Amino acid sequence: MDYETVIGLEIHVQLLTQSKMFCGCSTRFGAPPNTQTCPVCLGLPGSLPVINRRAVELGLRAALVLNCTVHPSSQFHRKNYYYPDLPKNYQISQYQYLEHPPLATDGYLDIEVDGQRRRVGIRRVHLEEDTGRLVHPAEGAVSWVDYNRSGVPLMEIVTYPDLRSPQEARAFLLKLRQVLQYAEVSTGRMEEGTLRCDANVSLRRPGEPLGTRTEVKNMNSIRSVERALAYEVARQREVLERGGAVVQETRHWDERRGITFASRSKEEAEDYRYFPEPDLVPVEVTPEWLEEVRRSLPELPDARRDRIMAQYGLGRYDAELLVQTRATADFFEAAVAAHPSPKSIANWMLGDLSAYLNEHNLEIDQLRVTPGQLAELVRLVEEGTISGRIAKDVLVEMLETGDSPRSIVDRRGWVQIADEGALRETVEAVIRDHPEPVRDVQAGKEKAIAFLVGQVMRRTQGRANPALVQRLLRERLGLPPQG
Amino acid sequence: MRELVGRPYHEIRPRLGKDLSVRELVDAYLENIARLDGQVRAYLTVSADQARAQARELDDRLARGEPLPPLAGVPVAVKDNLCTRGVRTTCGSRILEPFVPPYDATAVQRLREAGAVLLGKTNLDEFAMGSSTENSGFFATRNPWRLDHVPGGSSGGSAAAVAAGEALAALGSDTGGSIRQPASLCGVVGLKPTYGRVSRYGLVAFASSLDQIGPLSLDVRDCALVLQAICGRDPHDSTSVDLPVPDFVASLEAGVRGVRVGVPAEFFGEGLQPEVRQAVLEAVRVLEGLGARVEEVALPTLEYALPTYYLIACAEASSNLARYDGVAYGYRSPRAHDLYTLYARTRAEGFGPEVKRRIMLGTFALSEGYYEGFYKKAQQVRTLVRRDFDRCFQTVDVLATPTSPVAGFRLGERTADPLQMYLADVYTIPVNLAGLPGISVPCGFVEGLPVGLQLVGRPFEEATVLRVAYAYEQATEWHRHRCPLLRA
Ligand SMILES: [Zn+2]
Repeated sequence: MDYETVIGLEIHVQLLTQSKMFCGCSTRFGAPPNTQTCPVCLGLPGSLPVINRRAVELGLRAALVLNCTVHPSSQFHRKNYYYPDLPKNYQISQYQYLEHPPLATDGYLDIEVDGQRRRVGIRRVHLEEDTGRLVHPAEGAVSWVDYNRSGVPLMEIVTYPDLRSPQEARAFLLKLRQVLQYAEVSTGRMEEGTLRCDANVSLRRPGEPLGTRTEVKNMNSIRSVERALAYEVARQREVLERGGAVVQETRHWDERRGITFASRSKEEAEDYRYFPEPDLVPVEVTPEWLEEVRRSLPELPDARRDRIMAQYGLGRYDAELLVQTRATADFFEAAVAAHPSPKSIANWMLGDLSAYLNEHNLEIDQLRVTPGQLAELVRLVEEGTISGRIAKDVLVEMLETGDSPRSIVDRRGWVQIADEGALRETVEAVIRDHPEPVRDVQAGKEKAIAFLVGQVMRRTQGRANPALVQRLLRERLGLPPQG
Repeated sequence: MRELVGRPYHEIRPRLGKDLSVRELVDAYLENIARLDGQVRAYLTVSADQARAQARELDDRLARGEPLPPLAGVPVAVKDNLCTRGVRTTCGSRILEPFVPPYDATAVQRLREAGAVLLGKTNLDEFAMGSSTENSGFFATRNPWRLDHVPGGSSGGSAAAVAAGEALAALGSDTGGSIRQPASLCGVVGLKPTYGRVSRYGLVAFASSLDQIGPLSLDVRDCALVLQAICGRDPHDSTSVDLPVPDFVASLEAGVRGVRVGVPAEFFGEGLQPEVRQAVLEAVRVLEGLGARVEEVALPTLEYALPTYYLIACAEASSNLARYDGVAYGYRSPRAHDLYTLYARTRAEGFGPEVKRRIMLGTFALSEGYYEGFYKKAQQVRTLVRRDFDRCFQTVDVLATPTSPVAGFRLGERTADPLQMYLADVYTIPVNLAGLPGISVPCGFVEGLPVGLQLVGRPFEEATVLRVAYAYEQATEWHRHRCPLLRA
């Protein structure tokens, strides 16, 4: 009998605020060490935290897109432990006591894996502050502390153990990142640390209670989450099949070796001595505030996909790709507004444009090409000004220079040759130089005509109108017009 | 210039810019510090140069005919657990001995803006944990009335400074009585405002849900003046409340006719020194004679207040004091050789025994398995204490009690027995648990030691408390007495 995989995720998301959770310091990444600090985030004696309202608002946005119940009053707590990256030696966090709920609880997010729709429960959404960073120089027995990240707003999202495979975990993270990006809550990039994920994994026989779980940490991309979980599932399966027992422990993912390994277990469980943060008043969320936040939310990806399918007559697959990020969907709709050829625009975006983005590791909003310029390119092709073949070259130049397609076509003299007289001469020359394919065509092998068309295109550097070339060749060789 | 010292500000102020400069006033106080502080030891740091510079600047403003700010030239002392930019702030602890804050506490900043001149930083029990100022990590302060007696605590340095004419007024902090009890023992006025009335930003936290900053002064009018300057909402402290601040001075003279004064029997029971009891009851009769209506009320939870307070205060302190670890500022043990010894030795060497005792007590109270029985239970009792007061205030406007169960005690008399020391605050602690405003005003002497009357009001009714205290003060002479040291 097979095992069922049970996975729950704990995700930390850095909120897109200008300033920190409890002080006015900037959250900008990459500043010189300890330059974005003040008495509050350095934990200096006498300093006091003040809740960043924008951070709460972003928490509310996340809670709403995750379909959670928002609690009208929630409380911050202190989580007490000693570590040099934690200047107060306690972290201000929202911890769930019966009498003190976190910001939001009990929501869900729907995912799709292999065409199957699955609903993943969200246990809780809460806010907390980040810690500083330790820097260990190669030389000398010292460590340095950089407090620039100390106090940066974080949101923790905890799922119920509803995921049944590493693939589902991956799909969930992709979907979560997508909705958080749409709601402008976070950039959600694991590679940059704005989204971090730990996973609880266990196996059980179907219908039996949950098995012993391990916690897997240290995964730095969505792909590594999937790999780490696949490894851990296989490892636990092997343990169980050998008749062994899974040990409840924290395991670290080693990306290079592709394994998880048990980290040194602490002799006793840590006691964080949580208690309500007396320096802060409860976070009060009025129905009016919540409604205001709800109204400010954008159309979410699933709804937008369905609308794009209906409104522009696109297939589900294409529409799904177009709503992958809000910027992509915005680009598409802006281009279609400038020139209503949704299918062509979608094809360009999902083809050449997306290949370029992948190749250069760029996001669509980093492009030099505007939606209006892409629309213009499509219009030039449809009007017959340039061939589709030439359009690809134009696009490359647009991407590199940011120039409009019209000016590139003019500058390069790439306007399509639609002059029958001029093309007839080239057709004659091609027929003269390629007697064998001509004979093949005349012998009924119509496919050979493609070769002749290609030769004409080549001699005109691709500027000939392919349909016109086809017609002229057929006329000249005495074939009936193409059906 | 000796005649300037020991006189309330409202008597001095009309002379400023006429026959008296701020510089002369400040110099008179600095001279008196030089003359007496070797005996009293109220100050940890005297910032004479800065004080003189500030005085000169004020005199220049006066010379230009600028209007006098409300506390122009008041030479103030500030308890050394309030951050002062550029002036060392030790909290009376070796662990913060080298700490110079880069910022002013909001209350200090507001004092400066009101024209007060900062003379220096006063001694306290380490991290404000104590009732005698003997727990200071540096030295004990003495009671200016009798130098072999304690000044009370933890704001003992501030109270002694005002009593000895080493400051015209002072700021203290009060977590369980730390302004009122030393005010009582030193024969000055001390007020703890309602929790949330004065910003705690820049007050080095002992117990965040109990701490309040307040003034110590020679009389009630000066007390109202200083309170006026430091009150009000501060965006840097979420627990400071956004309520209008009334004109405390203007309402002082409204009298007490018809004011209902409650006398809680529980505050006059066992452990109260008979002479103190007599002095306080006599004070109540004075109020009655002025037209107040006196009635007996009940505060049955008084007996639970002390243990409740120590659980909550120590729990919060155990977390608040975790940051003193030798990593980023303050003392670092030279004997540390790894992370664990950095923490352990820095804290073992930096903290004194009372602070360690409370950190351990608080850590225990918050620990898994004990939280429900200790910390949470204490919070529930705290609610009951608050309700007791609420009930009293349905029938009376203020409560009158002794501030301290005894007029005073000798240095060393209670240091061996922490419980005896804790009992020194038995009448002031419930007021902090309920977050109420309370004042101590002089109401007599026992063997040359002052006695204090505590008046407690409804939340944010400092004005009522001050008005009753003022009426009492005006009807008596106690606030005009000065300690023998100052008179010599
Ligand atoms: Zn900061």
